[in-house]
Amino acid sequence: MPETVTATSDFAAAPISLWRRGVNAFATFAAGAAVVLVLLPLGAVFGYLIYKGIGSINWAFLTQTPKPVGEAGGGMANAIAGSAFILLIASAFGVPIGIGAGIYLAEYGRNQLGNVIRFTADVLNGVPSIVVGIVAYGIVVLSQGHFSALAGGVALAIMMIPTITRTTEEMLLLVPNAVREAAYGLGVSRWRTTLSITLRTATSGVITGVMLAFARVAGETAPLLFTAFGNQYWNWKINQPTAALSLQIFTYAISPFDEWHRQAWAGALILIVLIVFAVSAVRIVAGRGMLKGAN
Amino acid sequence: MRTRFQQGLDDLRARLLRMGGLAEQAVDRACQAYIDRDLARCHMVLEGEFQINVAEREIDELAFDLLALQQPIAVDLRFILAVTKINSDLERVGDQAVNIAERAMDLVELPKVDLPVDIPRMAAAVSAMVRRSLESFIEGKAELAQAVLEMDNVVDRMKDEAFITLVKTMNERPEVTRQALDALLVARNLERVADHATNIAEDVIFWVRGADVRHNVTPEPTVHQASTDTH
Amino acid sequence: MGVGIKVDKLNAWFGKTQALYDISMEAPANHATAIIGPSGCGKSTFVRCLNRMHETVTDARATGKVQIGELDVYNGTSAVQIRRRIGMVFQKPNPFPTMSIYDNVAAGLKLNGFHDHKRLDEIVERSLKLSALWDEVKDNLRKKSGASLSGGQQQRLCIARALAVEPQVLLMDEPCSALDPISTGKIEELIFQLKEKFTIVIVTHNMQQASRVAEFTGFFLLGKLIELDKTEKIFTTPSDKRTEDYITGRFG
Repeated sequence: MPETVTATSDFAAAPISLWRRGVNAFATFAAGAAVVLVLLPLGAVFGYLIYKGIGSINWAFLTQTPKPVGEAGGGMANAIAGSAFILLIASAFGVPIGIGAGIYLAEYGRNQLGNVIRFTADVLNGVPSIVVGIVAYGIVVLSQGHFSALAGGVALAIMMIPTITRTTEEMLLLVPNAVREAAYGLGVSRWRTTLSITLRTATSGVITGVMLAFARVAGETAPLLFTAFGNQYWNWKINQPTAALSLQIFTYAISPFDEWHRQAWAGALILIVLIVFAVSAVRIVAGRGMLKGAN
Repeated sequence: MRTRFQQGLDDLRARLLRMGGLAEQAVDRACQAYIDRDLARCHMVLEGEFQINVAEREIDELAFDLLALQQPIAVDLRFILAVTKINSDLERVGDQAVNIAERAMDLVELPKVDLPVDIPRMAAAVSAMVRRSLESFIEGKAELAQAVLEMDNVVDRMKDEAFITLVKTMNERPEVTRQALDALLVARNLERVADHATNIAEDVIFWVRGADVRHNVTPEPTVHQASTDTH
Repeated sequence: MGVGIKVDKLNAWFGKTQALYDISMEAPANHATAIIGPSGCGKSTFVRCLNRMHETVTDARATGKVQIGELDVYNGTSAVQIRRRIGMVFQKPNPFPTMSIYDNVAAGLKLNGFHDHKRLDEIVERSLKLSALWDEVKDNLRKKSGASLSGGQQQRLCIARALAVEPQVLLMDEPCSALDPISTGKIEELIFQLKEKFTIVIVTHNMQQASRVAEFTGFFLLGKLIELDKTEKIFTTPSDKRTEDYITGRFG
């Protein structure tokens, strides 16, 4: 046996040097430290919010509208409902347009027009949220003559669309061509294949994209400043100014009143909790629709 | 491509040729022994029989392995099948050579007589058939094989004539019956050798042309001349 | 019952590159015809031209006449309509990953507007029985996803899916090349039985497979059909030297 040992097997059999082991240990440690560093601010934010805000969350806070300045008590119920309302409007615009654009880019967009759309989406993604708000102000508020939930929804929709479009496109491109071919082979038309097969296969990823966009705009404040504007009272009319949680937090936080500061902390905590809740709920509901073994 | 397979085919071919040489040599020796009444040559033939039998076994085994392991098709498959058949015919040729040698050994003990039958001429014809059939295999040429098929008729006629003449001789000169009988049997053996040479030629045609020309059935429409240069 | 396929001067291009040159041949009804040839010889392209799948690639086009039974493939009906009458099984099994086994088999019907549920049940069962998969999946039809089956089972599922729409012709593009020998054996057995009802064209790079399942074999080389004949003739005494060189492994 010894005679047939070659140079390469000598190499493979040699023990790992101290230097290599040291480097390996250091890298593992560094990676672990990075994880901690990432989780730290997240934990800090949550922790601080809970610390500052939990005391102010009570039934009154969640069900009452704000009281006049100076008076104690009151809540952000209308702001919570208003946020939900505005986000619903935003999703009604943003999701179909975003997914539609994503479908176009993935299935039909390997051309110049597609490149233009992609570029536009990327630029739009980088536009500051306050600028989007001003644009929505110009388009909707000025032509209607008043602030409205609709304007707020439009502003948020504009911010949702690029994210949804790009993720939808990516997810659709991830669907292997073999799946499309299987559908074509059965004599299914192209559009039908795209909707019933390709999109259906990419559903999980598309939903993730929508959730990402949703979570991003749920907490936006600047776009709503000149569009939804805020409201002291309940409002379910699409054409009236509407309260929003982020707006309310902003207003309260920069005010000089302690009472309002206290409520702002509570509002911030509620906002975070609601976003996490909404995203998880959609994940669970979407996951229940999946079959055993499907990915 | 497929070097191991090609080497197997080359090996098979070489072995068959060697065996062919042994068989051809055995027939020539046996005939010569009969004509010259040479006992020493007879013994050489009898001893050479062993080698021929060993060669037959080895060739069959190699062919079997190639079939099992290499999945040959088309011309390669035809070649291997042809080799196994030619193998069998060559072994029988060896057997016939032994028979002729045994007749020669019998004849040596008897007084020499003149018989009205030209064994040397028949032996030469048959020897030529064997040689040409082996040549057609070496060259992979169907035309050479075809020529062998035609020579068979000539040998058959020689045998028939020999029979008639020798029977007549045995009736007229009963004292030479044993010699005549020996001659008759040798004629028969030679005719069998010719048949085997014919079989070999038919197998070569099958290999080269993919046509089954046995038993005088009309051959199938011609395929292209098989590439025999690689064999 | 299957129908015969007649191809007359079929030419195909990918952009400017010509892939098929004047292919003319016939595949008889209720028989299996194998298409063999080295990589890049055009055999997949050829089969994909039979049901106009070739056109799904950008810049691809084909000219010539393909007749499948009464149907003139390139003249008169849309590509989508054609593909509903012709079944296709691909090299890598491709069941719809988010659909159950039942939905996979029924996909060809449901996606094209057929919704009679009772009849669908019958059709799904019949197709799975035809493709010898019924016994293995009958208890899990709606619960298991198509992608959770083994490779060989997936391919049989794809066969069942193709058969559910009752095509008269089944095109198979190297259906066993991604499968192990046992699954391959099962599918070859299947092809043998399917011949009674369908006409099959099977592309394969495995010559032993062609010789096992097909009565006729066509040899393609560099986009041309070199020789088409009975399988036993091709594999014992091929007429063209190029065919012989290929099948004996002297190239390719």
